[in-house]
Amino acid sequence: MSRQSLTKAHAKISELTWEPTFATPATRFGTDYTFEKAPKKDPLKQIMRSYFPMEEEKDNRVFGAMDGAVRGNMFRQVQQRWLEWQKLFLSIIPFPEISAARAMPMAIDAVPNPEIHNGLAVQMIDEVRHSTIQMNLKKLYMNQYIDPAGFDMTEKAFANNYAGTIGRQFGEGFITGDAITAANVYLTVVAETAFTNTLFVAMPDEAAANGDYLLPTVFHSVQSDESRHISNGYSILLMALADERNRPLLERDLRYAWWNNHCVVDAAIGTFIEYGTKDRRKDRESYAEMWRRWIYDDYYRSYLLPLEKYGLTIPHDLVEEAWNRITNKGYVHEVARFFATGWPVNYWRIDTMTDTDFEWFEEKYPGWYSKYGKWWENYNRLAYPGRNKPIAFEDVGYQYPHRCWTCMVPALIREDMVVEKVDDQWRTYCSETCYWTDAKAFRSEYEGRETPNMGRLTGFREWETLHHDKDLADIVKDLGYVRDDGKTLIGQPHLDLDPKKMWTLDDVRGNRFMSPNVLLNQMSDAEREAHVAEYRANGTKVA
Amino acid sequence: MADITDQKTRSFPKIEFTDSEAGALDFPSSKSRTYNYYKPAKLRATMYEDVTVDVQPDPDRHLTQGWIYGFGDGPGGYPKEWTKAQSSNWHTFLDPNEEWEQTIYRNNSAVVRQVSLCLENAKRAGAYKNWNHAWVVFIQRNLGAWMHAENGIALHVFTSIQRSAPTNMINNAVAVAAAHKMRFAQDLALFNLDLSEADIDFDGPAHRDVWQNAPEWQPTRQTVEELTAVGDWGELLFATNIVFEQLVGQLFRSELVMQIAARNGDYITPTIVGTGENDYARDLAASRSLFQLLVRDEEHGAANKELFGQWLSVWVPKCLAAAKALQPIWSQPAEKPITFATSLDAAKDKFRSLLEDLELDIPKELDQ
Ligand SMILES: [Fe+2]
Ligand SMILES: [Fe+2]
Ligand SMILES: [Zn+2]
Repeated sequence: MSRQSLTKAHAKISELTWEPTFATPATRFGTDYTFEKAPKKDPLKQIMRSYFPMEEEKDNRVFGAMDGAVRGNMFRQVQQRWLEWQKLFLSIIPFPEISAARAMPMAIDAVPNPEIHNGLAVQMIDEVRHSTIQMNLKKLYMNQYIDPAGFDMTEKAFANNYAGTIGRQFGEGFITGDAITAANVYLTVVAETAFTNTLFVAMPDEAAANGDYLLPTVFHSVQSDESRHISNGYSILLMALADERNRPLLERDLRYAWWNNHCVVDAAIGTFIEYGTKDRRKDRESYAEMWRRWIYDDYYRSYLLPLEKYGLTIPHDLVEEAWNRITNKGYVHEVARFFATGWPVNYWRIDTMTDTDFEWFEEKYPGWYSKYGKWWENYNRLAYPGRNKPIAFEDVGYQYPHRCWTCMVPALIREDMVVEKVDDQWRTYCSETCYWTDAKAFRSEYEGRETPNMGRLTGFREWETLHHDKDLADIVKDLGYVRDDGKTLIGQPHLDLDPKKMWTLDDVRGNRFMSPNVLLNQMSDAEREAHVAEYRANGTKVA
Repeated sequence: MADITDQKTRSFPKIEFTDSEAGALDFPSSKSRTYNYYKPAKLRATMYEDVTVDVQPDPDRHLTQGWIYGFGDGPGGYPKEWTKAQSSNWHTFLDPNEEWEQTIYRNNSAVVRQVSLCLENAKRAGAYKNWNHAWVVFIQRNLGAWMHAENGIALHVFTSIQRSAPTNMINNAVAVAAAHKMRFAQDLALFNLDLSEADIDFDGPAHRDVWQNAPEWQPTRQTVEELTAVGDWGELLFATNIVFEQLVGQLFRSELVMQIAARNGDYITPTIVGTGENDYARDLAASRSLFQLLVRDEEHGAANKELFGQWLSVWVPKCLAAAKALQPIWSQPAEKPITFATSLDAAKDKFRSLLEDLELDIPKELDQ
């Protein structure tokens, strides 16, 4: 279509909307934001006549690549270390995708300007595309990869796993609570604009380095829809900024959304990239280096900072602290170690680390060895069943961590753990901001103002509570993380597929699993204070 | 030519032979190559089921920690209370069209090609020049007004519903209906643009006033607006796809436009409107199968039937009033091969047989 006819087409399509006079659309999802003063913006409308063939063409390329990968025996050169982590990632990601689709009517309800409704509805279709195309990719992995266990129970595992729950925030956060907080700030302004670059570009690029070129094909195709979504979100953001009354809410939501995305996405993607790769070239970018480029420079400096000209205070401190956690506080390494500690209740296998890995980590994160090296040596030593228990139940100087009530990643930077009694329960938080999110942000009042539409943190947020004081073998069985011989675990702390080297239910029986939060709430004040002091001192006894 | 010895050594990852193919080794679960957390409807899982079932978690299925966010005034996730309809197992519904990413883009792109080709040919053949003036005005006013209804339903009925239903299968099917409606509304608008540029006496923007003010269209606009105001997603889907689309949508599209266009020398409009009819046939199949499941539900079937009866008693009169208000447009074209009464009877007959499929009582208003 020529430029001129495109302009005419957009104008004509705009004629489809009208001002209702008999009844207005039901408001199913409330917001405390107001858009009375929102300027009429007219973002480019998507013309379905171009949209469908464009997407079909993209799909054809994806499906072509999938056929090609199978015909070309891609799986002869795929690193198992890498693909195992995809059992976790691909179990999580279709839900955030479909949740993004579900979030669109919330944004449509909240923002009265019909000019943007069309773009949001198209985004809904995109997100159905993303969710189902990813489920299909996962199916291909299940069919073609040497070890299908974990892929085969993917959606069930996602729904009952401690790591699945961490990832679930990334979908539920889009569809629940204040419509603008959820469907605009959390979903678009932060998750899509900041973090899809690491999720859908940086991480798949690492897949290619591990012999898997399908993940990048599919996810780059997904990412190519994102720029439209980002501009939908930006339009709404500008509309919200037109009213002074929205400013405190926007500032609240940017703090929550930024921090939660950092906690959740950096935990997962950081681990996949740093611990899932076999590519240990010294000039290969580390996750920290990628983060600096994609998040710090491209998002923070080029997208967030310019918002200050609208008088918005952006969370500089939290951006810097996220960077600090990644580079100085070992955030990603702590998360990886935690996932590996929990291997019996995983539905993927986690490889041992070699000297080559150690060298690379030390090069990229100086001081890594002294902090984590010994633990990974123990992980290697305890990899096979027979002579020892799973590493979580052996004394390797690692205390099973408390979970953050808000982001559900454990409080792994132990000196930063916050312990407070909230809603009559002692809760632990990974950081001050996660405490603030629960105690201050997700409440019906914020800084003296009524916020009835704000969401709530709900559910059995500490996964361990559900399994408190049970035998590990029974927990694994209840979760269904057992292979089709009825005894071998899906999760393994190594990649050896020799059945004799794989752990079974019998190998893990006899270990009682205790919930740190249940125990914390059973302690007297004095016990709790001593416990917390010890925990903050990195798990070593305080004299 | 550059000296190749002068170039920087490039660094690239080393690809290794790992033999990580399916079947390379035998070990527990090495042959477990189906999604095993749900039971497919037939012996073998379909692609549709594999990419759709259980993607939206549910505490009734595998979700153990519950929804981790709630609304300020109630639980999060997908509460069943968002409709008064009840099911002993919402997850039994599967989209008969089996829509997923590939079908959505293939089918809609095929329609796009069909419509584009038709419009190109029409332009080339100067097809609009043969239209009589009465027909030009008919299309300008009535097809122009109707496209608003399609667009409103796309954005504020189907898009809206797909946040609210309790399963991924229902929500995806409804999202696809939204995509259909949006495409169809735009196709009608872009057809209007072609006509505006066709060197005939066609008033492009006239449709706005017709939709907003013409007396014959006001009850239709009112019904569409009232539909969008319904909060219960089940009622919204029922009232739209089962009642409104039958008594107003099909009446206008199938029983009028499709019947009379050719007689008025127009072979373009039926091609475009036919795609809308085809979309509706698909989307209706999904709605029919959902509501059928609900009336046949062992536990809640009777209550659902009663509820649907109530919905019918609200929406049938509104839609019949909208339909009857449209009567004058039947006499606008020069060639009038069909009367309003014939068209309405045909629409009512189809509606009756749909209600029979749903095992619902025929509302008395239909016989008046
Ligand atoms: Fe997406
Ligand atoms: Fe998106
Ligand atoms: Zn936290």
